[in-house]
Amino acid sequence: MSNLSKAATRSTSISGVEAQAGSRIVPALFAVAFGLFLFIGTGFAAPSLIHNATHDTRHSLGLPCH
Amino acid sequence: MNMFKTIILSAFGAGLAVGIALSVVQAVTTEPLILHAETFENAEPAPAAAAAPHEHSTTEAHAHEAAAPEAAPAHQHDEDAWSPADGFERSAYTLLANLLMGVGVSAVLLGLMSIRGGKIDARTGVLWGVAGFFAASLLPSLGLSPELPGTAAAEVTSRQVWWLSTVAASAIGLALIVFSGSWLLKAAGLVIGVLPHVIGAPVPPTLEASYPAGLGGEFVAASLVVSALLWALSGLFSGWLYQRLSRTA
Repeated sequence: MSNLSKAATRSTSISGVEAQAGSRIVPALFAVAFGLFLFIGTGFAAPSLIHNATHDTRHSLGLPCH
Repeated sequence: MNMFKTIILSAFGAGLAVGIALSVVQAVTTEPLILHAETFENAEPAPAAAAAPHEHSTTEAHAHEAAAPEAAPAHQHDEDAWSPADGFERSAYTLLANLLMGVGVSAVLLGLMSIRGGKIDARTGVLWGVAGFFAASLLPSLGLSPELPGTAAAEVTSRQVWWLSTVAASAIGLALIVFSGSWLLKAAGLVIGVLPHVIGAPVPPTLEASYPAGLGGEFVAASLVVSALLWALSGLFSGWLYQRLSRTA
């Protein structure tokens, strides 16, 4: 009985650790996606309007520009 | 405060500082070189274009260039599209673009640092920032060096694809080399990092340019310094802010 309850506590704590890692990684992935969206939108978006507005920044940072 | 909110707040704070700092540095380094190169570009048809007119097999992707006159320089902009007026307006848009870049880079760095786990502060932020500069600027520049307006180059989409793929491969390669415990994975990281350069970047139609060669050399160095500042300062400020905000939370 005591072994069983130990095992139960153990498995609860393991899943707790996993939940913690999940709650860290999901928002972190969202942050990376948000950052990439801004980076690619500013540095790579094709429409002439965006290209012309960001032209000097793209050249300054060595990003491919036409 | 939850983690995502802390990251985004830190990224915006850092992006503001980085965007302003970057604009000041650009104003005395890359910007004068860009404006100087444009005087050659606008003055006469580039020898590059005259010597080797852009020939492309696909017409669809090149509607933009195809519309330009035959002898036009390689760096031809769509004349009908809006563009900011020289002077204040142009500088204001450049500042805005720099701010967005600062926020974006800071969010990517903080996100990756959170996935990795461990301490996030100004010191670790700078280290990640320098690694980011290696992956997203220094290594890709080996195949596609920073270009002044008026540089003949391969079709823009093919360069963007090579550039982004090289950044991804460099980042994965660096992460394996730095974080992996096994030598086999470290070796794999090296191979992945080198691979884009073995495949090779899109080749420009000619090496001639409308501006003097010295100007191009100066620009490559200036551009790499500006990129290094973008990544290092983003890591520094965002790491510092993140530590402060998560402490008070």
